[in-house]
Amino acid sequence: MEKFVVHTGLVVPLDRSNVDTDAIIPKQYLKSIKRTGFGPTLFDDWRYNEPGEPGMDHSQRSVNAGFVLNFPRYAGASVLLARENFGCGSSREHAVWALTDYGIRTVIAPSFADIFFNNSFKNGLLPLALPVEVVEQLFRETQAQEGYQLTVDLPNQQVVTPAGDAFAFSIDEFRKYCLLNGLDDIGLTLQHADDIRAYEVQRKQQAPWLF
Amino acid sequence: MAGKTLYDKVWDAHVVRQEADGTCLLYIDRHLVHEVTSPQAFEGLKLANRQPWRINSMVAVPDHNVPTIGLEHGITDPVSRLQVETLDENCRDFGITEFRLGDIRQGIVHVIGPEQGATLPGMTVVCGDSHTSTHGAFGALAHGIGTSEVEHVMATQCLIQKKMKNMLVSVDGKVGSGVTAKDIVLAIIGEIGTAGGTGYAIEFGGQAIRDLSMEGRMTLCNMAIEGGARAGMVAVDDTTIEYVKGRPYAPKAADWDKAVAAWNHLHSDEDAVFDRVVRLDAASIKPQVTWGTSPEMVIPVDGNTPDPEQESDSVKANGIRAALKYMGLQANTPISSVQIDKVFIGSCTNSRIEDLRAAADIAKGRKVASNVKLAMVVPGSGLVKQQAEQEGLDKIFIEAGFEWRAPGCSMCLAMNADRLEPGERCASTSNRNFEGRQGQGGRTHLVSPAMAAAAAVTGHFVDVRAL
Ligand code: SF4
Repeated sequence: MEKFVVHTGLVVPLDRSNVDTDAIIPKQYLKSIKRTGFGPTLFDDWRYNEPGEPGMDHSQRSVNAGFVLNFPRYAGASVLLARENFGCGSSREHAVWALTDYGIRTVIAPSFADIFFNNSFKNGLLPLALPVEVVEQLFRETQAQEGYQLTVDLPNQQVVTPAGDAFAFSIDEFRKYCLLNGLDDIGLTLQHADDIRAYEVQRKQQAPWLF
Repeated sequence: MAGKTLYDKVWDAHVVRQEADGTCLLYIDRHLVHEVTSPQAFEGLKLANRQPWRINSMVAVPDHNVPTIGLEHGITDPVSRLQVETLDENCRDFGITEFRLGDIRQGIVHVIGPEQGATLPGMTVVCGDSHTSTHGAFGALAHGIGTSEVEHVMATQCLIQKKMKNMLVSVDGKVGSGVTAKDIVLAIIGEIGTAGGTGYAIEFGGQAIRDLSMEGRMTLCNMAIEGGARAGMVAVDDTTIEYVKGRPYAPKAADWDKAVAAWNHLHSDEDAVFDRVVRLDAASIKPQVTWGTSPEMVIPVDGNTPDPEQESDSVKANGIRAALKYMGLQANTPISSVQIDKVFIGSCTNSRIEDLRAAADIAKGRKVASNVKLAMVVPGSGLVKQQAEQEGLDKIFIEAGFEWRAPGCSMCLAMNADRLEPGERCASTSNRNFEGRQGQGGRTHLVSPAMAAAAAVTGHFVDVRAL
């Protein structure tokens, strides 16, 4: 997993609430058996004028110039600013893979759906929940100022604007540690293999039908 | 000390270890696997040279991609076929039980788990699919996980988790006739919103929930995730135990008695404290229809679409405007005047035998309306299909003009050939009305099976109680 320490990047504002995982990556692309290559089809229904299918050359498709990701001023954005309940719907981790493959490193929103939130941390994508008023301010500033960038400083747990405003955020210690070090949590869990075995022995006595 | 909730009890019984910040290793009893969210996890295991921790905790089935028609030709879409073959191959390589295409037990993962008794009370159940919440109907702690977590559970039999908060949704009193579990859960989501349950495990309680069959409770818990809650649960009672008894994976002989004794504790204590309590009056719930692009955009069948001009919150007003536009509807339109093009009866929400019976009851002796291009019934599993055919339900549907299909997810998410064309409007018994969910540009209205059948035979939404 890619580490996340301090990231400064261009911000793209996606002004919709309840952005669901079907919108982030439509189902036809879930037929892939790989983890990579989802970037060109991120927000596919909104980004292109015609329906897409797996296997197409997406660079040849007609793009919807009215969709914010396609505005020239937001090309190369790595910080996605969004509204309430981002990532609701299905558990597809492909949604996170599409965002990271596109180049997004962090999503800032007032709130996230649980499964999406969880999946993000497993892939080095930092989902940041900030208060509604702060998100509102960031939307205003992003829209007003071309080239608007934010710095997300994970060690110090703050988001810093170009004007120097700093907003603190909270994060689980364990998740922070994994992100800072780019750690695969399976390896960490297997360090506790003895505990898992001991649990199984005791549980088997109480509830043998579970084994 | 206050008593424990049902969620507390199941959670506590599965904690392997707990860190100082509250992060836990939670032991997983049952891992259900399907073709879409598992290939990358199996690949990860193989690359790291890891073995699954406990193979007999896993049950696999292909469902999302499978065709519901022309099965004798196999899967013709090569991309879908590769995904299903990859599952077959992974299950063969690791020795995992799989109900393959052609096996009578094959069907939607959330239908077959309970049907086989692979889902038991008090278990922790996970699957790489958000509707895993369905299995909470058995007093199990069941929720969806992403592919990295699928791999983590395969490799360690555990999930890294923090405990959620407790919410009680109590539906008090009795529902009127013609009002189903689907209407109850849509009404609940209308009340709490699609993010209302975020961060909570919801326990559904109250007389109206106790009165539901297991099929109804599965419909209810299935849609907990549409209210933002990863897990929904219902306490164990005689209805639960009756349902489980005798199923292939259910405990037998002496183990059965021991299990039942343990399961009888799977309810919240009288003095348990919930972080949030929501109460609904069952008698006031009417058959529901969604009008928009999120399950919270729902109204009773005698209601009208909302008017964005009446909404003071500008973000919400914009949401209403965008949804009406996508759905091709005007503000203040009676939902019963809206005509439909297609009907889909199926999905892990409503494809069990009771759902098919309810729909057949309405279809019987009637004909699909002339403006309806396609009305399809997709049973949740091969066994449900068989049962329905034994009861003659297939004939009722076919005579009325419905198509009778083979089991799978089908038009719930349109990964196979079953889908809506742009602009088509569908009465659907599934769980998500998101933009493009049933096909790009397609318009989905969520309803109960009886309401879907009623819409099929009249050509528009109609109060099933008036038929
Ligand atoms: S029926 Fe629909 S919601 Fe259920 S598992 Fe299949 S695709 Fe998901």
